[in-house]
Parts: sequence; structure tokens; C-alpha cells
Amino acid sequence: MFLINCPFCGEREQSEFKAGGEAHIERPKQPTELSDDEWAEFLFMRKNIKGVQFERWNHAHGCRKWFNIARDTSNDQIKAVYKMGQKPPVK
Amino acid sequence: MKNKYSIFSLIKNAFSYHENWEKAWKDPEPKKEYEAIIVGGGGHGLATAYYLAKKHNMKNIAVVEKGWIGGGNTGRNTTIIRSNYLWDESAGLYDHALKIWEDLSQELNYNVMFSQRGVVNLAHNLQDVRDLKRRTHANRLNGIDAVYLNTAEVKKFCPIINTSQDIRYPVLGGTLQRRAGTARHDAVAWGYARGADEMGVDIIQNCEVKGIKRNGDTVEGIETTKGFIKAKKIGVVAAGHSSVIANMAGLKLPLESKPLQALVSEPVKPIIDTVVMSNAVHAYVSQSDKGELVIGAGTDDYISYSQKGSYDIVEGTLNAILELYPIFSRMRMLRQWGGIVDICPDASPIISKTSIKGLYFNCGWGTGGFKATPGSGDLFAHTIANDEPHKLNAAFNLNRFVSGDLVDEHGAAAVAH
Repeated sequence: MFLINCPFCGEREQSEFKAGGEAHIERPKQPTELSDDEWAEFLFMRKNIKGVQFERWNHAHGCRKWFNIARDTSNDQIKAVYKMGQKPPVK
Repeated sequence: MKNKYSIFSLIKNAFSYHENWEKAWKDPEPKKEYEAIIVGGGGHGLATAYYLAKKHNMKNIAVVEKGWIGGGNTGRNTTIIRSNYLWDESAGLYDHALKIWEDLSQELNYNVMFSQRGVVNLAHNLQDVRDLKRRTHANRLNGIDAVYLNTAEVKKFCPIINTSQDIRYPVLGGTLQRRAGTARHDAVAWGYARGADEMGVDIIQNCEVKGIKRNGDTVEGIETTKGFIKAKKIGVVAAGHSSVIANMAGLKLPLESKPLQALVSEPVKPIIDTVVMSNAVHAYVSQSDKGELVIGAGTDDYISYSQKGSYDIVEGTLNAILELYPIFSRMRMLRQWGGIVDICPDASPIISKTSIKGLYFNCGWGTGGFKATPGSGDLFAHTIANDEPHKLNAAFNLNRFVSGDLVDEHGAAAVAH
């Protein structure tokens, strides 16, 4: 349970949002060229970090826009909120 | 040889005010080298060590645990045991475990309080009814006991359920597995620990793994807070922290770790003598021997290792509980807690070798690992000892995420994951 500062609406309860999982997983540019191992990597393998993780969130019960968050998964503290397409602002 | 627990030992020790009981397991310092190391001293890890020693004749084994044994998800689950899974692979795996549960107290000389009080899964809409009937037939083809109950039969089996048809999620029917039930979760860890310790397994608590040392594609040992320990075979059973350990070995797993919550009420007189689960509204309830209602809630949808969940999840579960059991409307909740569960994309576990020789993973049990504890330990021990899977866990390999041969229990397994 924590608050998320939506870049479009401001601070709201986490329950208004939908988690979209790990961010910055790039969609394959040439899907037909991919090996089974590369597909597995893209579809299923996740970093699942304990520590600061970059992830996608959607303000499902608000503006319904997607954005990125850097969040420490060991204590749920949010380090940064940034828009889609931007590079993560923290290491 | 440990003293056997019996009515006579209980009486004998009563005369000395229960002050002279033998320690159930030792608290050794780690040796320099072991034949096999199990990372994670929960039920699954301790069971693995137990069966490695008992069935595969390994004598030099250690279990390393960062906290205390059974202090993770083993002590945090809702203790439900059942095997009514849809797919053949899962049915084989979970029924193997259920068969071991049936004799476990005798085998371990430790009362795990296994109680076959039956588990009911409710249907709330037409699709649920079809799915549950299909699963009942699938279970019976696999030799697993299952019956379908209509609304009146559900009411007869568990009279406190509200079977009014004008509630938001009316009870249209349900399945019943009579061999299913509950067990005392701590006792399972303690029983396996005592049994493993007796066969010479070193159970090393307060020993956190900090790194996995490998030489090319072979493991050499683990770095821990108590120093380096050498081993040719390392089995990781770290539940929610599996990805963290995998990362130390340079591996990536198809897991996401999420908080799963449960709660118990104040203790009351016996009111519900079975386990009732509802997939659609995600609420399940049973009553412990102390009289507390044990209520399972759902997972949050974000990754977290904080062992805390969101209040809205608990609120949603309690709304559902109150609609199904209006009699509980004045119950007060005593405790609420969260555990970190590692969930696979297909909601089935991984009991598998890895691309690194000597490194094995038993993970991905998600929200339903407790029921599998004895079977998981048995099959993982087989996999570690023989360096190849048993036929019952062959399908639960890591390679299925590459081949696409998933065991897709999401939504099929009688509970929402």
C-alpha cells in the first residue's frame, strides 16, 4: 500500500493503478528472426529485482495513461516517476 | 537415534515438568564442504534434505537458512492441502504429495495434524459450473477423488454458506475433494527438520547466502554470512527470493515475486469443519484447531519483497467472505500478514536442473506450494541425486518456457492465482 505520483494527475492511492511489470523490455524488431531462446527471454524471463526496479504502471481508475516508475521493491519506496519513452532518471 | 515421541514419552516427561525433552535438531556450525547444500530451510527445503538422506543415501548434506527454519512462507500460508488440479502433469505432482501426506505423521514420528476434512471449490456462474464439472471428470480420470455438488448439496455439506440466489455471486454449485484438507504448517517443517537431523543433515540457521561460486558452467559452492561452503550439488528452494539467488549465479528465471496475504480472526467455537474456496470472488476460509478462522486473500499485482500487502486486497476478500457467510459479520480479525510468493507465467512450479552443472532450482510454487511440500521434497531430492528429473516432475522443467510446452494451470487449478 503506497501512494503513486501520477505524472498527469498527481498523487493518488496505489489501488487506483494497475501494475504493468518490468519496464524497458524492447519488443523484437524482427519477430520472424527470433530463436526460441530469444522468444523465451522476451516473453517470460524477468529480472524480478529486490531493490530498485524500473516498472510500468497504468492509472487504470484515473487518466488511464501509462508511465514508468523506479521503485525499491524491498520497501515499496518510489524513487522516481518518469514518462514512457524516457530513460530512467536514477541508477 | 532420537527418542521416539509417544504417549509414554509424554507421560515420562510430564514428571520432569517437560524440561528434559531432547532437542529436536542440533544447531551446528557449517563444515567446509558438503556433498549437497539445500538453500532455504522451509518445508520444501527440509523435505528435500530428508529424502536425499533417506532415499538417496547422501549423508553429508546441509540446509542453509537465512532466518529460522519454517519462518518464511511455511509459516505464512493457509495450510490447505488438495490435489484436484486440471492437467495430468499437475494432478500427478499434487496427488503424489497428497499420498505422502496421508502417512506423514507416522513416517516422521511427528504429528503434522493432517486433517482430511475435505475442500470445496464454489461455482458462482455458468462458466464456473462448466469448468468445475470438467475438472471433476479430469480428476476422476486421473484417479483423484472428486464429486460435483449442486447448491443444496453445498448447503448440506457446509450449512453456514449463504446460498441465496439473489446475492452478487450466488452459489450455483461446487466440487468436493474429500481426501483434501489441512495440516499444521510449522509441524511439517519441524518434523522434517527432526527427521533430517537424525540422519546427519546439518541444519544451519541464520546463514544467508551472499553469492554462488561457479567455475565456468559448474557450481563450486556458496558464499554465506558464515563463510564459504563448498559443494558439488546445490539445490535452491528459496520461494520468493529464488530470483535473487538465481541472479547470484548469473541466471534469469521466469518468475515474479508478489505479496500474498492471509488473516485470522479471533478464536471461536467450531463453526466450519471443512475448507471452502471460491475462485471467482477469491476468498477461502477454514477454521484452525485453535478456533481461528483462517482466511486467504489474493496477491497484489505488483512485484514486492516487502512482506506487506495492500489493504484493498484484504477488504475485497472480507467483502466476499461476508457475502458468503453473513454469520461472520461481527467477527474481529486478529492478525494479518503477507508472504512473498514467486509466480510463474503458467502458475506451475519449476523443479529442474539448470544450464549450470550441479545447480538445481525448486521454485515458482506461487500461491499454492504448501500442499506439495512432501512431494516437492521427494521429487527434488530425486532430481538432485540422479541429475535428472523423476517422471512426475519431468514436465516442470525450466526448458518449458523455451519449448512452449507450458503446464497452464492459470485459472484451471480451482483457485485464482
